[in-house]
Amino acid sequence: MFGEEYSDKVIDHFMSPRNSGILPDPDAEGMCGDPNCGDSLTIYLSVKDNIIEDISFLVYGCVAAIATSSMTTELAKGKTLEEAAKITDKDITQALDGLPENKLHCSALGAEALKDAINNYYVRYRLK
Amino acid sequence: MTKQIVYADNAATCALSEKALEAMLPYLKAEYANPSSVYSLGRDSRRAVEKARETVASAIGALPEEIFFTSGGTEADNWALKSLAKRFEREKRHIITTSIEHHAVLNTLGRIEESGFEVTRLGVNEFGQISIDELCCAIRGDTAFISVMAANNEIGTILLSPEIGSRARERGVIFHTDAVQAVGHIPIDVRAMNIDLLSLSGHKFRGPKGTGALFVRRDSALLPDMLGGGQERGKRSGTENVAGIVGLAAALDDSVKNMKKNSERVCALRDRLIEGVLKIPRVRLTGHPVKRLPGIASFVVECIEGESMVMMLDHYGICASSGSACSSGSQEASHVLLATGLPEQLARGSIRLSLSEDNSSEDVERILQICQGRRPPAGIVAIMEIIRALKCIFGFSAASYFIFSVRRLAFVSSPIRWLSKAFCMALLCVHLSSRPFSIYGSAASYCLASAVAKYQAIIMLT
Repeated sequence: MFGEEYSDKVIDHFMSPRNSGILPDPDAEGMCGDPNCGDSLTIYLSVKDNIIEDISFLVYGCVAAIATSSMTTELAKGKTLEEAAKITDKDITQALDGLPENKLHCSALGAEALKDAINNYYVRYRLK
Repeated sequence: MTKQIVYADNAATCALSEKALEAMLPYLKAEYANPSSVYSLGRDSRRAVEKARETVASAIGALPEEIFFTSGGTEADNWALKSLAKRFEREKRHIITTSIEHHAVLNTLGRIEESGFEVTRLGVNEFGQISIDELCCAIRGDTAFISVMAANNEIGTILLSPEIGSRARERGVIFHTDAVQAVGHIPIDVRAMNIDLLSLSGHKFRGPKGTGALFVRRDSALLPDMLGGGQERGKRSGTENVAGIVGLAAALDDSVKNMKKNSERVCALRDRLIEGVLKIPRVRLTGHPVKRLPGIASFVVECIEGESMVMMLDHYGICASSGSACSSGSQEASHVLLATGLPEQLARGSIRLSLSEDNSSEDVERILQICQGRRPPAGIVAIMEIIRALKCIFGFSAASYFIFSVRRLAFVSSPIRWLSKAFCMALLCVHLSSRPFSIYGSAASYCLASAVAKYQAIIMLT
C-alpha cells in the first residue's frame, strides 16, 4: 500500500456495509468478476416505477471491494434506472473519499455489476 | 481511548528483547568507534563484534570464522545463492529447491534460472512437507546445490531434517537452508545436520531489524558480495553494524538458552489458539498439525478474503497477517498455499496468527473471543445449516426463491408471524453486532452477506 491508507469512509463502509445480503424476490441481478479466482460481486435489484426501490449485494473481496460494493448500492438506491446506469467507477471512488491507487480497479467492480443488473432488468422485462 | 492491542504477528517481526537492547545501548552511545580502527576505542568495537560472532556460531554449532554478518535474511539468501551459482556456473548447472520457499530464495533462484541454470522445484504434500525420496531422485550428476527452507514462514511447517543434509553430503551436493524462521525457535546444529550454508535474520528472534548472518562451512568457498574496504574477511565490505551485530547475538543467545522453556509455553498457547479457531465453522488449519514452528497458527477461511480479515482484526486491535499478497493491483493467492493443493479461492482466505513468549494466555483468549463471536443457539445453527445445504445444492438465489415460495405456501396467523419475525430480527442484530470472521457474526464480506441472507431466509420462513 506504500503509504496510501484507506479513507475513514472506506473503513466505515467496510466495517458496516450497507445493503448487504440478497433480496428475497429481486427483479434482476447482475454480476461482475469470477467467483472462483478473484473478487466477485453480485447485485440484486428491486425496481418499482422505473426507480430502484431496493438493492443489495454479495461480495467476495478485499477491504476496497467490500466498501465499493456498499457505496455502489448506497449511490444507486432511490435513483431511476437511467440515472443509476450512469454511475461510474469515478463517482464511487469519489463518494468514498478516494481509494489507494492499487485498489482503484475495485471501484470498477461496483459500476460494472450495477450496469449488468440494470441490463438484466431491461432484458427480463423487454424494455429495450 | 486506548485500544487493547494484541500483537499476533511475531513471524513478521517481533519486539526487541530487553537483553538485546541492553547489549546494544553502549554501542549506540559511547562505544561508537569503527571496529577497523586501531586505537583502543576501535579495538573495543572489534572485540564486541568478534564476541558476537562466537555467540552466533555456538548457537548453531558452527565455528566463529564461518559466520558472516549481513543486513538481514534476504541479503544472506541472495548472497549464498548467487555466490554458489557463480561458483558452479561452468561445471554444474542444476539446482534443487522447493515450491514453498520465501520470496528471497524464490526470486533469487528465478533470476539465476534466467542466466541458464535449471531449477527443480520439489512439490509438497498438503502439510507443506517435501519427500526425501523425491529429493534424492532429483539429484543429478550436474546438481550444484540444494536450497530447502528450514521452516515455512506462512504455514509454519518444519522442513529441515538431518536426512536432507546427509543425503546431499553422500552425493557431494552443497546444501543451503533459509533458516530465518527457525533459528532461535527450534534446535539447529549445522554439523549434525550437515548444513553447508545457512541464512538467519536477527529480528525474527527478537533481535534488531536490519541484521542477519550467513553461515558458510569452512570448506565451501564463498565469493565476496560487497567490494570495498575488505571487512568480514574480505567477503562483505562495509563498516560493521556494531550495535546491530551485538543485539543480534544477545537476542540469539537469550533465545537459544531459553528455547526449551519458551517453546513449551508458546506451543501450548498456539495449540489452544488452533483448537479454538478450528471450532469456527468452515475454517481449516494450514501446515502440519504437529511438525510446525512453536508460534505459528495459520488457517484458511472459506468465503472471506485475507486482507479483509486482517483489517477486521485490526479494527479490534489484533495484529495478524494474511499470506495472500494484495499489492500489485491483482490479488494473488499465496504460492505456498497453492503448492499445498488448496484451490485458489480458499488460498486467498488465509490468515496467520503468530505468537511469541511475549503473548499471554489472555491474548489468546481475546483473539478467540473476537474470532469466534457469539454462537447462535443450536436450533438456529441447525436451520442455518439446512439453508446452507440448500444454497450449496441449488445456488444462492435458488435457495432464497425456494424459501420464499415456502413462505408463500405457509399459512401462519399474522400475530405469531410478526412475533417470530421480531425474534429473528433481534437475533440478527445480536449476531451482527458481534465479531469478525465467525461465519455467523461477521460484519463484512460475503460471509456477512451470507449470514444476513440466512437470517433473512429464517425471517421469511416464519
